[in-house]
Amino acid sequence: MKNWALETNQLSKKYAGREILRDVTVSIGKGEIFGLIGPSGSGKSTLLRMLDLLEHPTGGSISIFGEDTADEKARFGIRRKMAFLNQKPVIFDRNTSDNIAIGMKYRKASRSEIRRSVGEALDAVGLSGYGDRHGRTLSGGEAQRVALARAIATEPEILYLDEPTTSLDPISAEKIEEIILNLNRKREMTIVISTHDMIQGQRLTGRIGVVMDGTLPQVGTTTDIFHQPSTKNIARFVGVDNVFPGIVRENERGEAVIDVDGVRIEAVTSLPPGTRVTVLFRAEDVTLHLDPGGKSSARNSFSGTIRKLVPKGPFISAVVDCGIPVAVLMTARSAEDLGLRAGNACRVSFKATGVHVIREY
Amino acid sequence: MNEIIEGFVQAIQLIVSLNPEVMGITILSLIISLTATAVSALYSIPIGAYIYYHDFYGKRAVVNIVQTLYALPTVIAGLFLFLLLSHQGPLGFLGLLFTPQGMILAQMVLVTPLVIGLTLSALSGIDRETRYSILSLGATKFQAILTLVQEARFAILAAVLLGFGRAISEVGAAMIIGGNIRAFSGDLFSGTRVLTTAISLETSQGDFAMAIALGIILLGVAVIVNVLLNLVQAGPIGKDTWAS
Repeated sequence: MKNWALETNQLSKKYAGREILRDVTVSIGKGEIFGLIGPSGSGKSTLLRMLDLLEHPTGGSISIFGEDTADEKARFGIRRKMAFLNQKPVIFDRNTSDNIAIGMKYRKASRSEIRRSVGEALDAVGLSGYGDRHGRTLSGGEAQRVALARAIATEPEILYLDEPTTSLDPISAEKIEEIILNLNRKREMTIVISTHDMIQGQRLTGRIGVVMDGTLPQVGTTTDIFHQPSTKNIARFVGVDNVFPGIVRENERGEAVIDVDGVRIEAVTSLPPGTRVTVLFRAEDVTLHLDPGGKSSARNSFSGTIRKLVPKGPFISAVVDCGIPVAVLMTARSAEDLGLRAGNACRVSFKATGVHVIREY
Repeated sequence: MNEIIEGFVQAIQLIVSLNPEVMGITILSLIISLTATAVSALYSIPIGAYIYYHDFYGKRAVVNIVQTLYALPTVIAGLFLFLLLSHQGPLGFLGLLFTPQGMILAQMVLVTPLVIGLTLSALSGIDRETRYSILSLGATKFQAILTLVQEARFAILAAVLLGFGRAISEVGAAMIIGGNIRAFSGDLFSGTRVLTTAISLETSQGDFAMAIALGIILLGVAVIVNVLLNLVQAGPIGKDTWAS
């Protein structure tokens, strides 16, 4: 049996009759970095606040280190083993040292203890020497690091981070990420981080829970979620560009043919013929050749015409009409080398194993 | 016209020469109003914090009543206390009617709702994230309230200054409870004549020089309070930091 830091069972939360979260059941291991991804307003912050015992659930239960959290006295003691970092840095109207010391003061720590913890926390966030700066004079990135230092000064066993880098510039964000990874590795702190940036989720976390409209429809590794999202909405959210409805026509021992608007796509699934499904594959798993008659080793290979080219930073997404509009992602440089133009005839191919099939009801 | 100019000239002379009567009235006014404000702040700030932090049945009604009392007419406060403190009244045995102590009590009645209500607003101005952060850092309920009050300290100080402004400038309750009794020379607390009641009396008696002198001093106090208020509201560093 795994050693869980926290477990929730069918957690739900209502505000003034409106359902914010429902049926959230998840377990997070000690020393794990667990990500919560989902669009803004999906309920991530509310979930984190309930896990930090700042708000009461309206249904379900939370246990932390095996201890139930329904009892008010127990909640206070357990809360003191955890810490929380807001998206928008909260800085109290006092100097940096006093900001960081506040949790220690609540715990009636001795002066020498406080001085030691504040010093260590400042070191950990790379702000040694900032102790006397007034909180209000810090930049956004510095403020967030001070808030993080304050959160870790009390040596919490679980740290909750609510979109900690969303309001920061890329360099400050990178520093915060580095600190978070260090805390996890050196102090074995259990970390639960919410983000709407999937790439950040991938960089930082082992497992991810997807929060959608107040539910937790999928928990898995980043690879699971990127390549085998369990619903259409998750697929769209994690950036799967090719999402099509279809019907299974044939299935030979798991090798299925799926009809998508007259285009026959081969995929690996156990679903029987006649099942209504959604077919998903990532644009970066599709290759494009300018020779429409050429051969490909991939099981799915269709000829078509380039409809449009959409620049995406260093990449270009080409939309190819081959009966259905298939998106293909390639580097901007290779698109330039190929001399791609809208109207070019071409061939797109992708592997049957790269296609993910979801049953529709 | 001449009378007014003469009045001003004499008023300035009264102030510059530190006329004992003018000084006596000013000092008594300041002592009464400062005491009333300080004592009232001592319990009104905790009460405001308590109301802010607790949810109870009828909270909205309580807040509405407190805010309505901001505009409590001073003569009504005076009348109410007069009935309580008069010989036949339930608190008559205290012998506070027509004493400076009674006036302090009357002004406390006026200042209390202002400080409670504005403390409440000051605390409500603190955002939800800050409240959650304080709890998340492991504060007990008492520690949380203390930190919130510290965070709102400038807004609360502004509330107290406003309360003092109301106390020093009111005339109705001071007249009814104090009675505008002239002090014996040398004994400040033998009288109940304060700036506002004295101005009222001197004007009706046609002693404009005295009235103008006291008026200038009262306005001066108002200016000082306002300057302090502005300093306090700007905060220690000013509003042009990242937090704004």
